Amino acid sequence: MTEQTLFFIFAILAGGGAIGVVILQDIVRMAFSLIISLGSTAGLFFLLGADFVAATQLLVYVGGTLVLLIFGVMLTASGPFRRIKMSSGETLLGAAVGLLFFSVLAFTVIGVNWQAVPSHREVATTPSDQSGNTSRAIGLRLVGIPADAEIGLHKGSGSRTGYLLPFEIVSVHLLVVLVGAAYLARAKRHESRDAAEGDA
Amino acid sequence: MEVTLNHYLLIGAVMFVSGVVCMATKRNGIAVLMGVELVLNGANINFVAFARYTNLGLDGQIVSLFVIVLAAAEAAVALAIALNFYNNHQTIDVDQGDRLKG
Repeated sequence: MTEQTLFFIFAILAGGGAIGVVILQDIVRMAFSLIISLGSTAGLFFLLGADFVAATQLLVYVGGTLVLLIFGVMLTASGPFRRIKMSSGETLLGAAVGLLFFSVLAFTVIGVNWQAVPSHREVATTPSDQSGNTSRAIGLRLVGIPADAEIGLHKGSGSRTGYLLPFEIVSVHLLVVLVGAAYLARAKRHESRDAAEGDA
Repeated sequence: MEVTLNHYLLIGAVMFVSGVVCMATKRNGIAVLMGVELVLNGANINFVAFARYTNLGLDGQIVSLFVIVLAAAEAAVALAIALNFYNNHQTIDVDQGDRLKG
């Protein structure tokens, strides 16, 4: 009962926030709507028993990425650019295409009988799911060891590879991105100094 | 009413469609970036929901962690590009960025 109530609260907030990002015209209100949507998504992750992913979502997304986006809004939203109007024809076309696209997805989701899919399960069967304590299991899974709770499920599936190589690639990627972003952000000052030297 | 896999997939679909429409219709560059974030989050909900409602293990949660990290990296670079665009064009309207049009 509690789970259903919480699910519907978080679902309405997440969906309503997402729709608000599309409908609202003011860029600051859109940013606030996005915060509501992404925060409620973290709540949905908690309900799905993915506590580590939900905490990461709150820390990285709501705490990091959105602060970055709001900095972008503050640096660019001056005067006339705070709201850029669309023509009503474009709005109508966008709404029609969006509704059509959503109905395609919704009919596909409802049309599939998920209970008939062989790997489907209805309730939480592993202890880590019931307690929601997944950080240790995720850590073990990264190095390729199925967690204690999963060993029974994957008997006979042979050696499953871990995620250490993707993890390393992602960390190097993140480093390259940070260096690249710092370089891009100060590129203009560099250029103007070159131009000044050229003039001299 | 029991909360099933369908409910989570429908929420993911709502966020995905909102993000796609946001990317396609908004003319503010920052708003386009917000659309990208919504699309990635809609996909993330599907990954975590399938990890919970199938016995395929925790792979879905690990993939969603990678998606979160890549989304953070994408936002950093895209915002640097958007700020450069604003410095060069004195506007954030993506329709103005047509200098490469043939």
